[in-house]
Amino acid sequence: MSEDHQNDDEREAVVEGVGKAQASRRRFLQVLGAATATAATSQADAAPWEEYFQQHYKRLTDEDKREIFARLEAEVQDKYGVAVHISDPKPIDGVEFAYALNLQACVGCRRCEYACAQENNTSRSPEMHYIRVLQMDKGSLDVERSNTTYEGAVPTAEHYYQPVQCHQCRDAPCVRACPVNATWAEPDGIVVVDYNWCIGCRYCEAACPYFARRFNYEEPTVRPSEINPDQGYLSNRLRPRGVMEKCTYCLHRTRKGLMPACLEACPTGSRKFGNLLDPNSEVRQVIETKRVYILHEDAGTNPRFYYYFG
Amino acid sequence: MRDFIAFVRSSLGAVMHGSSAYYRWLAFLGVWMLLGCAAAAWQFANGLGVSNLTDQVPWGVYIANFSFLVGLAAASVLVVIPAYVYRDAALYDVSILGELLAVAAMVMSLLFIVVDLGHPELFWHLLPMLGILNFPQSMLAWDVVVINGYLFINAYVVSYLLFSKYCGRVPNKRWYFPVLLLGVVWAVGIHTIPAFLYASLGGRPFWHSAVLAPRFLASAFVSGPSLLIIALTVVRDQMHFPVREEALQRLRQIVGVAAVFNLFLTVSEIFVEIYPGTSHSASMRYILVGLHGHNLLVPYIWTGIALSVFAAVVFLARPLYSRPKLLLVACASAVIGVWIEKGMGLVIPGFIPTSLGEIVEYSPSFIEFCVSAGIWAIGAFLYTLMLKVAVPIELGTLRRPGAPNERIGLDPVRGAA
Repeated sequence: MSEDHQNDDEREAVVEGVGKAQASRRRFLQVLGAATATAATSQADAAPWEEYFQQHYKRLTDEDKREIFARLEAEVQDKYGVAVHISDPKPIDGVEFAYALNLQACVGCRRCEYACAQENNTSRSPEMHYIRVLQMDKGSLDVERSNTTYEGAVPTAEHYYQPVQCHQCRDAPCVRACPVNATWAEPDGIVVVDYNWCIGCRYCEAACPYFARRFNYEEPTVRPSEINPDQGYLSNRLRPRGVMEKCTYCLHRTRKGLMPACLEACPTGSRKFGNLLDPNSEVRQVIETKRVYILHEDAGTNPRFYYYFG
Repeated sequence: MRDFIAFVRSSLGAVMHGSSAYYRWLAFLGVWMLLGCAAAAWQFANGLGVSNLTDQVPWGVYIANFSFLVGLAAASVLVVIPAYVYRDAALYDVSILGELLAVAAMVMSLLFIVVDLGHPELFWHLLPMLGILNFPQSMLAWDVVVINGYLFINAYVVSYLLFSKYCGRVPNKRWYFPVLLLGVVWAVGIHTIPAFLYASLGGRPFWHSAVLAPRFLASAFVSGPSLLIIALTVVRDQMHFPVREEALQRLRQIVGVAAVFNLFLTVSEIFVEIYPGTSHSASMRYILVGLHGHNLLVPYIWTGIALSVFAAVVFLARPLYSRPKLLLVACASAVIGVWIEKGMGLVIPGFIPTSLGEIVEYSPSFIEFCVSAGIWAIGAFLYTLMLKVAVPIELGTLRRPGAPNERIGLDPVRGAA
């Protein structure tokens, strides 16, 4: 593991170097103005073909990835004038991520939802959120009686709240549905999407019982000042139009030992996240000692997301 | 090879010349095709945001038409089986018209899948070796295989038969009969795999039903032959192709039985959903009576059911079906009824409410309407051109220079083919 990580860090350092060099060259060209605009275009002209024939993530060599990441970083620099760093943290041996959410403590403030959007560079217009917070009727677990468009002060006396996001299922219907393997479960359990391989058929979205997938019907837009520059290739990098995206448990953070953004934003401590394979992890303790409830358990998806009481 | 060049040349000649009604028909379709292409180009340039699709309802009129069109291809197998297995001479004469209808239907259903993609230009990701086809896990991958396969099978058989006859040769059974039989088996796939595409989704109770595949089959056996009856009538009246009354009546019998069976399966489905009143019946309630005040599609589905019932009555009552005009009206009603039921009537309620209980309604945007109409026009255009070549070859009037102008392979009982 440590060796892997060392290589990874070295590689990222190189990628960063390439990205910076390209970025500064592009800035220089921009300063030169209209006369060199054609030169800049011809430089960019090679990119569409490279992008069009780009292979599936799992077929890319480290060299391919370096070039692709550099290209993507340069594109963001071009389009938004923001220097971003795209990394590709690998799953860690002996780690299987899981989430537990305390239904008794959640107050429905939706801070997780907005922190998620900020962290993951999801489109602000049209507005996209991975997390849906359901306002549930007390006395019922039926999500069909829930309300997602509630407003005003929370919590109310008549309701409790249930945030829903990707459940990272062990038997994920979305993964099976995809006709081109553009989405798959990583060894640590996180279901990811190769945004450059997805053909946009939306069958995975139809298959998901948790309404966890989001499609970019329009060009996603994020204000340059709001772009999170710390980006994972399989997670929060800026997505193109016409592809699917979803929650990745913030893998660009969590694979480096940080907590997901939604958890850090939660003011009530309702959210617990960790390694299911570690007997001492908090999430494991919750599952072993609390009363746990699984949403749509009848769908047979075996999610890595647990709701609990207490 | 020289024969083939002559065949292509003669075919082009055949489609270039026709009556003024023929040109008017092609011009009419041409306008819709242009409009459809313009709308498709607009969508390609601006993304699927020009549709009314949402994350809540990610499939709409495109996938609805796709589901209907795979059923329409049943026009082929339902003439091939009586003609080649039961040696029904009347249907044998017209079997090629049914197979051509399947070709047009397959082309249209493939086009409807393509326009539904966010990145149609990345279709190469589906190609084995070059890309990755997630077969056999993904039901959509199965669909890609069965639809392309069925298109190929039907296109091969009709091309071979027509080319042989064009050259004045009796088609050699060895070259087409095994493929024809493969097509009969393949037809089972073409009607059930699209049903499994929906029924396999455990998270969508409206589709997650064992009766869905039989319903696909039954409704396909209604829409395909119904449209073929209309097509045969037009070909008989406009192109002087002798269609025996028995052929129309045999098809009428098939659609009569299928229409009743289709209604029976629909009623079974409705009963099982509605009577126990489980939470899984929400989608069915949405489409039939509306849900929490949302009832956009309620008049739509009842129109479809009314058309299907009307058609079934006409198909089965002799005083009604013996009137040719009324039979045609019933056929059109049956086609539209199934188009509603197996189209948006099936696709949209599957998403309403969402798996988290949200209700977002859907109706197609102007662009979606134009693209859909354009694809239908392409299908009709293609079918018309294919008929323009196939009919004179069948009649014996279009032949390779030097080949005798006589009809070939009319009666399978006497073993001519």
